[in-house]
Amino acid sequence: MTDPATTAHRAPAFLADAWRIARKDLLIEFRTRSAFLAATVFAVLAVAIFRFTWDPTAIPAMDLAPGVLWVIFTFSGLLGLNRSFSLELAERAYDGLLASQVARESIFVGKVLANFVFVSAIQALAIPAVALFFGLEIGGAWGVLIGIVLLAALGLSAVGTLFAAIAANTRLAELLLPMMTLPFFVPLVIPAAQASSVVLRGLPLSSAMEWFKLLLAFDLMFVSACIVVFPFTIEE
Amino acid sequence: MPIPHGTAATGVADSSANRSADGEGDVALVAEGLVRAFGARKAVNDVSLRLSDGECLALFGPNGAGKTTLLRLLGGLLRPTRGRTTLHGTLLPGPSATRRLVGLISHHAMLYPALTVRENVRFAAECQGVIDADAATTRVLQQLRVLDRAETAVRYLSRGLQQRVSISRALVHGPRLVLLDEPYTGLDEVGALVFTEALRELKASGATLVLITHNLTEGLMMGDRAAIMQDGRIVHEERAENGGFDLPRFQALYRNLVHEAIA
Amino acid sequence: MATHPPASPVTSAPTPDWRSVKGIDAFLAVALIAVIAVCVRAIWFTPVDAMLGAAQKIFYVHVPAAIGGLYIACPLLAISSLGYLWIKDERLDRLAEASAEVGLLFMGLVLVTGPIWARTSWGTWWVWEARITSTVFLWLMVLGYLVLRGAVETPESRARLSAVMGGLAVLLVPFVHLTVRLFRGMHPGPVVLKPEAPSLPPEMLTTFLWANLAFLMLFFALLRIRFRWAGLRNAVTALETA
Repeated sequence: MTDPATTAHRAPAFLADAWRIARKDLLIEFRTRSAFLAATVFAVLAVAIFRFTWDPTAIPAMDLAPGVLWVIFTFSGLLGLNRSFSLELAERAYDGLLASQVARESIFVGKVLANFVFVSAIQALAIPAVALFFGLEIGGAWGVLIGIVLLAALGLSAVGTLFAAIAANTRLAELLLPMMTLPFFVPLVIPAAQASSVVLRGLPLSSAMEWFKLLLAFDLMFVSACIVVFPFTIEE
Repeated sequence: MPIPHGTAATGVADSSANRSADGEGDVALVAEGLVRAFGARKAVNDVSLRLSDGECLALFGPNGAGKTTLLRLLGGLLRPTRGRTTLHGTLLPGPSATRRLVGLISHHAMLYPALTVRENVRFAAECQGVIDADAATTRVLQQLRVLDRAETAVRYLSRGLQQRVSISRALVHGPRLVLLDEPYTGLDEVGALVFTEALRELKASGATLVLITHNLTEGLMMGDRAAIMQDGRIVHEERAENGGFDLPRFQALYRNLVHEAIA
Repeated sequence: MATHPPASPVTSAPTPDWRSVKGIDAFLAVALIAVIAVCVRAIWFTPVDAMLGAAQKIFYVHVPAAIGGLYIACPLLAISSLGYLWIKDERLDRLAEASAEVGLLFMGLVLVTGPIWARTSWGTWWVWEARITSTVFLWLMVLGYLVLRGAVETPESRARLSAVMGGLAVLLVPFVHLTVRLFRGMHPGPVVLKPEAPSLPPEMLTTFLWANLAFLMLFFALLRIRFRWAGLRNAVTALETA
């Protein structure tokens, strides 16, 4: 057996632990690709359906596209969030993780990181799809648009991961997650949609400043609040 | 010397000398008056224990007796409503680093099926802060004879092999206290044999073991001490005499205690 | 008959107060009479608003319901949730549950009475006005909170998990309000007349104040009943699982 006396240990390291958990989650997702495929197919299908219900002569693309983009963003994100804890609970690997010296907050940050990468990757496919189908000229707005997506993805991942941890303890986890999270995504999705609408129309960025501030404030407040309350989702 | 009934709850007052009653070795695990309530129901009701290094307690009892809850209390995974647990003088649950003193094995694999054997075990080692995680992983996989399958994804392994991997996962960081919750579930003969051997080695290395099982034969073979739990209390406890237990007598006793409660 | 080992004593179970289920709750009875009386007064003994017509009378229900559902129930839910996470007292969990349920009812009343007024004075059933929109999102959040409560089996986990959600509501409310205000600010909707702001004729003001008092009484009477009911339910669960 591994001799207890000779096994050298180091103290828990917050960010290193979080990064290790995120890497592990992403590796599992990369191997199985279950959620990513589902979310991508969903995103492309949704763009296509929105395109067919759209009458270009009645509504300008600019009025509709930001809404479509952020609806897809929200729902494809939800598809990934459930997986975040279901992969832990399938064989109760979560028990092993909780029994390790990793701090609860590290587990949460790791999960948020993995979900953040997941949601951003879906968006990397969804935005070009929306641009293509709706004939948007994004041009020089790419940089700002990516910034908005990253800000929104961070807030969505933090709140979504927390609620996924809660939902994982219940029956009907998959049904419950959207019911709990969607009201919380309102102050995230509306500013993101408004800001991207401003950007896509090529209006001066100053007119979207309030929305940017709101997004930033949401991220700051909710990321820290979720880190603080996450340990309460674990039974002790 | 057999311990009379009911002393389990009271026989811990002797903490002045840090030795167990018969001087077998240092007292490793001390639990005092553990109570864990879920709402109004007390899953564990006033349990006290002390175990030495290299000692194995086999814990029996019907479903719902509170065995798993007790195990999680001993490992510091659940907070007791009352009472306290110390492992080599460290209070459990303490700061998160104290959790690496404990290894947990259950009938759940506690593995990620999509990852390989090595990835699973190394992840556990790194989470426990093992400095040379690669070496520790190779070592433990070799000891449990799964090194040849190290690069196979866990989901392709048989149940018996999976269980050996999950034992490797629990032992890779060299825990001082190993908690086993029905580890024999789903193991075939060979798997059980390899597993029993691994437990022996583990005991010899000085780790303290608590083993929950429904199988009296396996439990008594492994344990130096045996306890029966019922309704959250330890209702019987005894120590192996002359290196073993009297199986038929213990079986009869268990049946009496448990069936009495059901009738 | 074999002796049964002594079951663990159910000492920590809340002692049920059976009076609350026997007969009619006096407080609730008074509150209901008060609400009916205020409605009678509002309909027959208060002058009709010259500009807004009879539909204005809806505000004798609408505003008190908003005060109870938005300004009392939501803070109560958030504070008792955070309090539960802090001291883990089972009564705080019941208070949070009761606030959510009664709050849902009162907010529902706001959302039903609002469109009736909107139809008669704005000519449309629904207006995405800032306050209404915020209320809708809060109503949905409280609904999600109650669904979560229903989906967790063990009382301790239910209390803990729902308290996490209830506590986060503290942060959500200002953000929703800010977002919706900003959104509406950019696309101005119809001008909202706020009947509580302009000076009302004395008779209408009196009715309005009485209405607030009556609905407040109803709010707390219902809160008290739900609080006690939750206690009884928990006691029953405890007896069943012990």
